[in-house]
Amino acid sequence: MNRGTWLLGRLAQIVPTFVLIGLLTFVLARLLPGDPISAVLGDHASDATVARLTAQMGLDQPIPIQFLHFMQGVMSGHLGDSIAYRIPVTQLIGERLPVTLALTAMSMVIAVALAIPLAFIAAIEADRWPDLLIRGVFQVGLSTPIFYVALLLLTVFAAWLGLFPVGGYGDGMMEHLWHLFLPACTLAFSFAAVLMRSLRGAILAVLTAEFVDFARSKGIRRRIILMRHVLRNALIATVSLIGLNVGSLLGGAVITESVFAVPGVGRLMVDSIFARDYPVIQALTLALAVLVSLAFLITDIVQMTLDPRVAR
Amino acid sequence: MGLRTKLPLILGCVLLGVMIAFAVAPDVFSPMDPLAFDYDALLAPPSAAHWFGTDQFGRDMLSRTISASRIDLQIAIFAMAGPLLIGSLIGLLVGWFGGVADAVFGRLADLVVTFPFLVLVIAIVAVLGPGLINMYIAVALVGWVVYAKLMRGEVRVQRSLDYVAAGRVLGYSTSRVLFRHVLPNAVRSVLVYAVTDMALAILLGSSLGYLGLGAQPPEAEWGVLIADGKNFFDTAPWISLAPGVAIVAAGLGFSLVGDGLASLLDVKR
Repeated sequence: MNRGTWLLGRLAQIVPTFVLIGLLTFVLARLLPGDPISAVLGDHASDATVARLTAQMGLDQPIPIQFLHFMQGVMSGHLGDSIAYRIPVTQLIGERLPVTLALTAMSMVIAVALAIPLAFIAAIEADRWPDLLIRGVFQVGLSTPIFYVALLLLTVFAAWLGLFPVGGYGDGMMEHLWHLFLPACTLAFSFAAVLMRSLRGAILAVLTAEFVDFARSKGIRRRIILMRHVLRNALIATVSLIGLNVGSLLGGAVITESVFAVPGVGRLMVDSIFARDYPVIQALTLALAVLVSLAFLITDIVQMTLDPRVAR
Repeated sequence: MGLRTKLPLILGCVLLGVMIAFAVAPDVFSPMDPLAFDYDALLAPPSAAHWFGTDQFGRDMLSRTISASRIDLQIAIFAMAGPLLIGSLIGLLVGWFGGVADAVFGRLADLVVTFPFLVLVIAIVAVLGPGLINMYIAVALVGWVVYAKLMRGEVRVQRSLDYVAAGRVLGYSTSRVLFRHVLPNAVRSVLVYAVTDMALAILLGSSLGYLGLGAQPPEAEWGVLIADGKNFFDTAPWISLAPGVAIVAAGLGFSLVGDGLASLLDVKR
């Protein structure tokens, strides 16, 4: 299969994926116990009001028709209004999403910058003390919940040392970066642990591969082998790991944003639960799943560019 | 197997042993009554009397943390058991019978992983309402996929082995072959994964507790205890110390035991 056909096929897959994401989100909202009408109106609304809102929200239609209407809304960007903010959900998410994306991107950069050199050291020094120390620290990191890492960083670097703000987002690019630094470090810590663990394994596998032995037997210097062969393979592994973990980073952003009062979609999601703002929760679930499936798509394309064997 | 590879497993067992002891008999280990207010020691820092300090009501944080072990152990068990039971059964069936059911399962599994785990769990809790029971339901609805994939893979390997053919030749019924012979052979790696998964369950349970979506006060849970003290993070940071250490120790315990069992039983991850 050549690259063009592969790419077309991969792009075509995204359509059924989007429809299925829509279906699952719809099923979540309509079929689980819990009545959207009483959620909006409370338990003391009159029957007339209930009937009017039921018709207005299209809940008197058969389920398949409701699903079609829902998908039409998704396609045209009409996902209803937020109950708490009284503005269209799409507008609300549009305002908050860039914050979360910036946070996630920043944490990816920090995590990769931490994980790649440490994974190299751990793999080269495998089973000696630098390796054991690095793995030990990250093992503890994997067992520490994100909200606790966030609280620790907040207490030490914001409250005691006063190096960073306690929360919020600030105004202007530089302030945004400054406000997002601790939250991004929080997210990066657990992600770096995941990255480090897999990269160490990947690098170890490359180091013992035949082509590295061959290169060494040709008399190529160790450093050049490491840079040219091992690093390249490690980078390919990193790309796919980033793609696979976008979902857990976004999930982690929900918690991090709540601790640091960062006005992104994660905090919006938690706030919406307590405000019973169902349209926002539904739209956010949908939007984040779409985002993850796009991340999978981009990962596949980048991976194919780096390693043409993927397309075969 | 050398001592060096066994050491993490032993450490994990010790950590879990302490947690289970705390959960079974909190009264034996708590230095004082976890609910007793001490108005002479409000927000007191760690001292000889209160090793991990006190909260805004003067309650001893060490005692509160020990008495919360019970709920967190319960979370580790139930948040793992639901997905384990549902996922194993589905994986067993689609792995054995294949066909349309297997294809549908494949699509569904691909679909579920596009939803961030935590976001989907939170969305379901949002519909059902906050609380431990609803959290277990949400985790079961989302988490079964991992177990089903694992079990499906194992069953497909077992299906082609000689003992299965022998069972068929002997005229055993499908359900007898499946549940008496294939299941015990396929379940090992699934059970080992379940131990590691209990570490994730503790992290998830305490995170939802912290956000106010899991265990509800006055149910004492480590995440809830930390959330209780979060307004005093700059003046009384010790409030979160004991429950925080407890979460890390429990998470570490389950993942060390999980990893140790995997290498001891030679289960591929």
